[in-house]
Amino acid sequence: MKFETPEGANPIDRMNVVGRAHVRIDGPLKTTGTAPYAYEHHREIANAAYGYVVGAAIGKGRISAIDLTKAKAAPGVVAIVTADTAGKLGKGNFNTVKLLGGPDIDHYHQAIAIVVAETFEQARAAAALIRVDYARAEGRFDLDEALKTAALTGGDSDDGKPAVDRVGQFDQAFAAAPVKLDAHYSTPDQSHAMMEPFASIASWRGDELTVWTSNQMIDWGRGDLAKTLGMPKNKVRLVSPYIGGGFGGKLFLRSDAVLAALGARAAGRPVKLALQRPLIANNTTHRPATRQHIRIGATKDGIITAIAHDSGSGDQPGGGPETAVNQTKKLYAGANRMTSMHLAEIDLPEGNAMRAPGEAPGLMALEIAMDEMAEKLGMDPIAFRIKNDTQVDPEKPGRKYSERQLVRCLEDGAKRFGWSQRNAKPAQVRGGRWLIGMGVATAFRDHMNMTSAARVRLGKGGIVTVETDMTDIGTGSYTIIAQTAAEMMGVPVNAVVVKLGDSDFPVSAGSGGQFGAANATAGVYAACVKLREAVAQRLGFNSADTMFEGGKVRSGNRSADLAQAADAGELVAEDKIEYGKLDKTYQLSTFGAHFVEVGVDAYTGVIRVRRMLAVCAAGRILNPQTARSQVIGAMTMGVGGALMEELTVDTRFGFFVNHDLVGYEVPVHADIPHQEVVFLDEADDKANPMKAKGIGELGLCGVGAAVANAVYNATGVRIRDYPITLDKHLEHLPALV
Amino acid sequence: MKAFTYERAHDPVAAARAVAARPGARFIAGGTNLLDLMKIEVETPVHLVDVQDLKLDRIEPTDAGGLRIGALVTNTDLATDSRVRRDYGVLSRAIVAGASGQLRNKATTAGNLLQRTRCAYFYDTNMPCNKRKPGSGCAAIGGISRQLAVIGSSDKCIATHPSDMAVAMRVLDATVETVNAIGETRAIPIADFHRLPGDTPHIETALAPGELITAVTLPKPIGGKHVYEKVRDRASYAFALISVAAVIQPDGTGRVALGGVAHKPWRDEAAEAELPRGAKAVTAKLLAGAKPTHDNAFKLPLAERTLAAAMAEARTTA
Repeated sequence: MKFETPEGANPIDRMNVVGRAHVRIDGPLKTTGTAPYAYEHHREIANAAYGYVVGAAIGKGRISAIDLTKAKAAPGVVAIVTADTAGKLGKGNFNTVKLLGGPDIDHYHQAIAIVVAETFEQARAAAALIRVDYARAEGRFDLDEALKTAALTGGDSDDGKPAVDRVGQFDQAFAAAPVKLDAHYSTPDQSHAMMEPFASIASWRGDELTVWTSNQMIDWGRGDLAKTLGMPKNKVRLVSPYIGGGFGGKLFLRSDAVLAALGARAAGRPVKLALQRPLIANNTTHRPATRQHIRIGATKDGIITAIAHDSGSGDQPGGGPETAVNQTKKLYAGANRMTSMHLAEIDLPEGNAMRAPGEAPGLMALEIAMDEMAEKLGMDPIAFRIKNDTQVDPEKPGRKYSERQLVRCLEDGAKRFGWSQRNAKPAQVRGGRWLIGMGVATAFRDHMNMTSAARVRLGKGGIVTVETDMTDIGTGSYTIIAQTAAEMMGVPVNAVVVKLGDSDFPVSAGSGGQFGAANATAGVYAACVKLREAVAQRLGFNSADTMFEGGKVRSGNRSADLAQAADAGELVAEDKIEYGKLDKTYQLSTFGAHFVEVGVDAYTGVIRVRRMLAVCAAGRILNPQTARSQVIGAMTMGVGGALMEELTVDTRFGFFVNHDLVGYEVPVHADIPHQEVVFLDEADDKANPMKAKGIGELGLCGVGAAVANAVYNATGVRIRDYPITLDKHLEHLPALV
Repeated sequence: MKAFTYERAHDPVAAARAVAARPGARFIAGGTNLLDLMKIEVETPVHLVDVQDLKLDRIEPTDAGGLRIGALVTNTDLATDSRVRRDYGVLSRAIVAGASGQLRNKATTAGNLLQRTRCAYFYDTNMPCNKRKPGSGCAAIGGISRQLAVIGSSDKCIATHPSDMAVAMRVLDATVETVNAIGETRAIPIADFHRLPGDTPHIETALAPGELITAVTLPKPIGGKHVYEKVRDRASYAFALISVAAVIQPDGTGRVALGGVAHKPWRDEAAEAELPRGAKAVTAKLLAGAKPTHDNAFKLPLAERTLAAAMAEARTTA
């Protein structure tokens, strides 16, 4: 099915099932511990040996010697694989750095060996017996230093060369603006810190490889694993039915899958491994740190006339930038605009996508800048944002937003949150020892179209089975896909079986970039349209006017049980959603407003969030319950990003020092107070047949700045470097009485 | 984790004897810290002597009017004991400010005193660390040191002691009771129990090899307002940037110990004499000679402000 024109009425519009709150259909499996995660496929693989990954002990350099003698002789050891014995390996399309290092070491904790043994404990003990001599090399570990000579990257130039994107004459307009802001912001490296570690079980049968793993994008992972191992893609099967969080860290093939496969080949039997927690921060990817420079000029009455945003970040050679200027290109009006990115080559571990890459750190900066500007103008920060709302893409004014309810999000949220109670003058509100402040920020994230396929079966008893390689990373994919098929086929949710995360199934959008829910369900919609035709045909109905409802199929005055259509054998339909150019004609984005109240301890400077509200407009909400969970989870992540999360860099040794969950703090329950989420009614007919867009990243976008602005409102001390920790404002807090 | 042998001891002297007899042997009680360190080979004991059957799990009154806390009393049982809550509130508050409910259910009184530093370089066996590997150097000096010590440190080690409970024990003038392999007992004042790193940061306490803690005793109650203020970036389950254990008397005199600043709970009786003159006067004396790093210089003003908070808290609570 090709989606080329705005969608008219369709069966989803009935919203008998879609759009209604529904508990997760996989919930009972998860709460009873019977949903097998990557490391737990004991039923399929009973005789797996255990793998343990050894990470490089240096940030940059070479292995000069590696001695496996003691490790090989250790009890229970079955095999050890290093770059010397792995054979020729390729590198995946989505990987910047090779996943098995040696002799050259590209970054700290890059995998250099897998030890396979009969038990986990034996593998771990033997791994510690491997003796490695390194020749340490000079590395580039200081981002600020590296950015001094960093080159321009990205941009929309026609010749494909890195460019500064310009509209109008920024320099003149900024110089002439009566009110202006010129400020620098920074965001740190962040770790996905998902609960389930990277884990894989690999099993060979002849030249065919099956890997049970934890991966958000089955087809990407399958292709990259095949490429890395130098084998045909169709000889690789990836299975990932349940995933304990990914946040972008599991978008790509990682060392666990490659080393499990290599270990299993060497051992001649299946191998399971999970990356040990202290290895994850440096072995895998992270959200790269940014150094951002924002300039905004406005008229005295608050109309933005000039806006510029530059972002600098670093990555391994061949890597990409953190695209933190994304939102600044589109979010607010302004006739004169300039955005640019700089990318430094550094030797820290590979930077890559983490939930809302680009917009998350970009809005952390931009939305503080907007708050600062509003204050300079003497305007309410909500009024300032509304004044600069745009219904078109400001870089290409011919492109309208398909839907843009930002103003309503801000206004509705202000009312619900009690924004009128905010004292615009900072450091004025006190409750006991707490300084209290409120902050707001815009949430903005693009919606992306992705091709997505599914197969739908109508079986005995009218059971509908959906098969797609779509993943559920804790988001609720199982449930919304079941709801979609139930709505389309006119059956209850419990008559739908959903099978996900297997490369034997049709290729879906996968989970990432908040594109999963809308595109994957649109793919299921497409397959269901085909299945409905097949049902009508089988029943001898006129497919054009056939209705599917209450387990019945009706056409004119004829009616039959849906199950009847499968009496003569299972009906199978497969299709995919593909897109035309609607997303070029229109800008598809999602919007919201985050409101935060914080308390800052007047004595210690400790910052605690007191309450939060998000108002979101993101197309049709397929399941308000799972969508709400996505948003409150994202808001929680936003609090972490605002107040505590930072991979600290040791620029001497070249690594992230706090590489475990003691050192890398993420919020705990006690950090997260009352959270409220409101979804505005919206159905975006230009997005897809579901009229839905993404929500999972929108919930994070802007949270950090809303917290930062609330902290400023509480204290009067502006912090532009995340995370906002007490040491950064302690000595500027009001004097103790 | 290195392979090790294991035995369960049934009386304290036998336990001490078992450890003294085997170089590289260690006691294990709750295991909430030791097992984690063994898994990453920061600790590599060859033999573990499990002390959980030693029946040192009672809290009893002493003849002196205080409490004798068995070495194996769990942190949860200690924090919730009605006598502790009534007479030694600072101890109860300090304990519940640390770790998590699950950990406190397992962690013991003696084990809490003996927990190792949480310095990230101590945990990473690729890094030099004089505490983990004597003579290898200290990666924390000149490295990431926001959590680390500001006073009492040396050019060999800037680690802090992570315990909350120990800070309260220090302010209460607790005594650590021990027994050794030949049945000799001794009572070590808590002030002398933890050592500063000096040139031997791997030697953290006054305990001799094989010497077993049997109890921690508290002197008779001293009255006053008991406050424990712990400052950290997240609201729970994090080690202190600064903590203050304070017992403040109605006349404004009292006692103060700091956590998160040194290799041991930090208290100076001479500094306490300044309490009536305010937090600034106390911390000026208490932290005189501090040598913070660039990353943790904020701990000095933070200590003063946290003490001020504790003093205000003592004034306002009935």
